[in-house]
Amino acid sequence: MNTNRSKARLLQGNEACLQGALYAGAQFFAGYPITPSTEIAEGMARELPKRGGRFIQMEDEIGSIAAVIGASNAGLKSMTATSGPGFSLMQENIGYAYMTETPCVIINVQRGGPSTGLPTKISQSDTMQARWGTHGDYTSITLAPSTVRGCFEEVVHAFNLAEKFRTPVVVLGDEVLGHMREMMNIPEEGELEVSPRPKPDVPPEWYKHFEITPSLVGPMASFGQGYRYNISGLTHDEEGFPTAKPAQITAKLEKLRRKIDRYADEIIRIRTEMMDDAHIAVFSYGTVARSAMQAVKFARARRIKVGAIQPLTIWPFPDAQLREMLSGVRKVIVAELNMGQLVNEVRRVAPRHTEVVALNRYDGEMMTPQQILDRIREVVK
Amino acid sequence: MADKTPKPEASEASPKASVPQKEKAEKYEYDGKTPPLNIFLHWCKACNLCIAFCPKKVLEPDRDGKPVIAHPEACNQCGICWLHCPDFAITSTFK
Amino acid sequence: MTTKMKTSDTVHHYLRPKKKFPNVWCAGCGNGIIMGALIRAIDSLNLDKNGVVVVSGIGCSSRMPVYLDFNTLHTTHGRALAFATGVKFAKPRLKVIVITGDGDCLAIGGNHFIHACRRNIDITTILVDNKIYGMTGGQFAPTTPSGAIATTAPHGNYEKQFDPVRLAIGAGASYVARGTVYHVQQLEKLIAGGIEKKGFALIDTIANCQTYYGRLNREGDAVAMLQWIKKHAINVRAAGNMDAEKLKDKFLTGVIHESDTTEFCDEYQMLVDRLAGKEA
Repeated sequence: MNTNRSKARLLQGNEACLQGALYAGAQFFAGYPITPSTEIAEGMARELPKRGGRFIQMEDEIGSIAAVIGASNAGLKSMTATSGPGFSLMQENIGYAYMTETPCVIINVQRGGPSTGLPTKISQSDTMQARWGTHGDYTSITLAPSTVRGCFEEVVHAFNLAEKFRTPVVVLGDEVLGHMREMMNIPEEGELEVSPRPKPDVPPEWYKHFEITPSLVGPMASFGQGYRYNISGLTHDEEGFPTAKPAQITAKLEKLRRKIDRYADEIIRIRTEMMDDAHIAVFSYGTVARSAMQAVKFARARRIKVGAIQPLTIWPFPDAQLREMLSGVRKVIVAELNMGQLVNEVRRVAPRHTEVVALNRYDGEMMTPQQILDRIREVVK
Repeated sequence: MADKTPKPEASEASPKASVPQKEKAEKYEYDGKTPPLNIFLHWCKACNLCIAFCPKKVLEPDRDGKPVIAHPEACNQCGICWLHCPDFAITSTFK
Repeated sequence: MTTKMKTSDTVHHYLRPKKKFPNVWCAGCGNGIIMGALIRAIDSLNLDKNGVVVVSGIGCSSRMPVYLDFNTLHTTHGRALAFATGVKFAKPRLKVIVITGDGDCLAIGGNHFIHACRRNIDITTILVDNKIYGMTGGQFAPTTPSGAIATTAPHGNYEKQFDPVRLAIGAGASYVARGTVYHVQQLEKLIAGGIEKKGFALIDTIANCQTYYGRLNREGDAVAMLQWIKKHAINVRAAGNMDAEKLKDKFLTGVIHESDTTEFCDEYQMLVDRLAGKEA
């Protein structure tokens, strides 16, 4: 990444998140302070009033995500930021956002858990919660940046995905990424794509807020635009009226899944390095990917044919893409700062000839390049 | 304090075209044929509120417990029946 | 505020034509009576349907919005006021009305209730206070009287109650009223007054649940319960002239408290204007 040093700013990861949100047109933030995400709320409190946006510190995280969903349906691009315990509190209403197809962005700057856990240190232990945190069946979109610039870009991307697919999007950061500082240029206007919310172009009598269109995606009206519809967390028909009819329930739940699955190729992004001739791969995400990249370079210097795979999109999991990438790989090391969460997805997807090796660290410290290099050298034997 | 009987007023020009306001006569008189009230039996759940609270005993229950206008001449259009109906199954023909 | 004469057809202009009727509530349920008063109140204020948002939580009361031809948002248990805060703050020109119940607002939703009052955000809240959890089959609520029977208090309720009116006043709401499903015309005026008031308005509405509360406590059918309400309600203006003995075991209705304090969205807008002025 070339940085124009004359225009570069030294930004904290959390600061880059909020700058990305502002760049994407976020106009509503509701949140509650929680280490290590609080800087995002503080930055929004400072910036949004200056731009005519809305900032509110709610009484708790449950109220925060509720206010975000209310504001999104009233027409504003809306977001919140939290960490593990707050993310847990938000789950019921995140499910509400899934069911009501409400676009919103939730940043989870992860810390050690469970419970109050380790507020000031790193972990990646919410990976599965980002997929399955709330009850019921649904499909999650979850993004995982690994650099300060990545924080900016992934948050912009999150808003675009949220608005296009009418879904909550989770951005998984962590305490180290949130608090570290790196140089970056704030992109110029137009440099990164920013998607507006597609508005309906039919008269109110024809508009169905939960219409199951052939493409499964479509426009979304907001309160006050002249379309009057019902939104409910109960299973509902295309009009939004609650239903208990089996056919309508099936149709609704399948829409929620299919609207993401169908466009998985568009949604999923993975970064790879030196995979062309690799027999061994290191699969990692978030901050660990930085150590993995370094370890892979060290290993290559020792003539080990190893490459790095970094999913930027954790959910939906890149089944097809990963299976293909592992076609020539004998062993894949899955490095995570937890006791093994995404590794089970890799096991599920890996070809039979690929052995999956877990490398875990869960003591609040970063995974070092040395640790990954040691494991590479172990599996080479 | 119980409900006051609403007094008929002269109609005012309504700024909203969507809800038509009826012309208000000075006082209601049963003309011998137009029933004072309309009852939508398929919305009525026979809760008995209109029958029990009518101050003039205009309504009586039918076999299903739903109201029948037994004494139309006694109705003074106080509105208690349709103001209280939880199902909007009874309306006035006068106001 | 001028009191216009309502025609009995008014409600039919505000019901969703595609929704199935009769409504889902039990025969004689106070929720239906309240819905009528709410519609007539909105009509009396000549509000544009597109500019009204009705938000509810979970419970029998919260089934109300789906019948209404406005923007409607049926949310999660206890959280209606938090969702409504987001809607109102995002688009302050919208008129936001919350329909909630004694459990939804005062138990699980208690925290959001306190803070919505504290912020004095311009939301009108109709609290359907029937002293029981109807939808889930008759469990006790924070307003269920001591000694009353409920399915989770089968030997009699040994918990105390609080008064949502006093709570709202203490937390900072600027318009706090109590109405009943018997005194429908007063209720309509209280609701209209709450909507017109710039600030947080609470209308604690005493309602009947004959299916659970009535049956478990042998209070009779809908008619009997409304007669009880009629007998025990005293207008706050009349109460001023009555002695304590007469007021024992009665409750007050009418506008209990009204004050003029700044509203949340207005305060925020003043901040935005101030910041814009600084940079201009």
